[in-house]
Amino acid sequence: MNVMECSNLSKYYGSVSALDSIDLTVESGKIIGLLGPNGSGKTTLIKLACRMLVPSEGKITICGMEPSPETKSIVSYLPDRNFLPEWMNCTDLIYLYEDFYRDFDTQRAVEMIRQLNIDHKMPMKKMSKGTKEKLQLIMTMSRRAKLYLLDEPIAGVDPAARDYILNTIISNYDEDASIIISTHLIADVESVLDEAIFLKEGHIILHDTVDAIREQSGKSLDKHFREVFRCWEN
Amino acid sequence: MTWTFESDKPIYGQIVERIKFRIVKGEYPPGSRIPSVRELALEAGVNPNTVQRAYAELESEGVLYTERTNGKFVVNDSGLLNQLKQTLSRNYIEDLFQKLTDLGLTKEEIIAAVLAEKE
Repeated sequence: MNVMECSNLSKYYGSVSALDSIDLTVESGKIIGLLGPNGSGKTTLIKLACRMLVPSEGKITICGMEPSPETKSIVSYLPDRNFLPEWMNCTDLIYLYEDFYRDFDTQRAVEMIRQLNIDHKMPMKKMSKGTKEKLQLIMTMSRRAKLYLLDEPIAGVDPAARDYILNTIISNYDEDASIIISTHLIADVESVLDEAIFLKEGHIILHDTVDAIREQSGKSLDKHFREVFRCWEN
Repeated sequence: MTWTFESDKPIYGQIVERIKFRIVKGEYPPGSRIPSVRELALEAGVNPNTVQRAYAELESEGVLYTERTNGKFVVNDSGLLNQLKQTLSRNYIEDLFQKLTDLGLTKEEIIAAVLAEKE
């Protein structure tokens, strides 16, 4: 069963085309890197998948269904900015998620909050930027969703917490679910990915398994990306 | 601590090498059970599907076998162990010779240097 399918998917903002006729299939059980320079359409694609945006043309489906309240119950989305009420502490957030999502695993969230030593009583507005990001990721990954959409999940956290987060991703996902991670920190996520998608100016210019890319280019994904998207000419 | 990988080769191939090394070293003795896919994925910091692929490769090479519901085991065969040991050491020696030849050493100089290092 394919977790996500896009056919001829386009999104325009006025006359600007953010995504241009994209065809994409995401199978279940994969961890996929959505990679591309700033403004290449990564966030637009993620927002279309969780119905924050509606396609201008073409179609996107999640487990065979068009994005709807029903798909929202199986898609766990981590936006690239703070999205939770600042006055809430961990306990408030857990109650909020329990109320909203049937697939929320409270025990999993409590365990991760404990492992990362986050103070249960501290409101989010008093937390550092990195701690807030960790907490939001914990809430997102504590759902038992079919599709996780993580928009820049590790940008603001220190390298040790980054390792912890990647471990969390590896150990928590199950074979029916897929995870799409958009990031610029390719070297950090490379070994965790099954597949990589390179987006450039609203087009998919490469979609393959990471091992195949390494085999064909003879380079790491990170190096290959730097060459494909180099910002200057010799 | 997660493993570090060379950047120019597929990751699953490097996991295959690493496991063979552990088998020869005696860390996973013949007949013993090796870590589950998820355990090794966490240890190495890689995707479980990549470990799965490495295990499949080792199984097709006859190094591992699956016992249904029980996990994967190292084949109980000392001949295979010797063979692995030879292949691995040959690879290291080839690598050493390649690097030292690039530095301009002759075969005799390399042998002399290795002997001198041992003392």
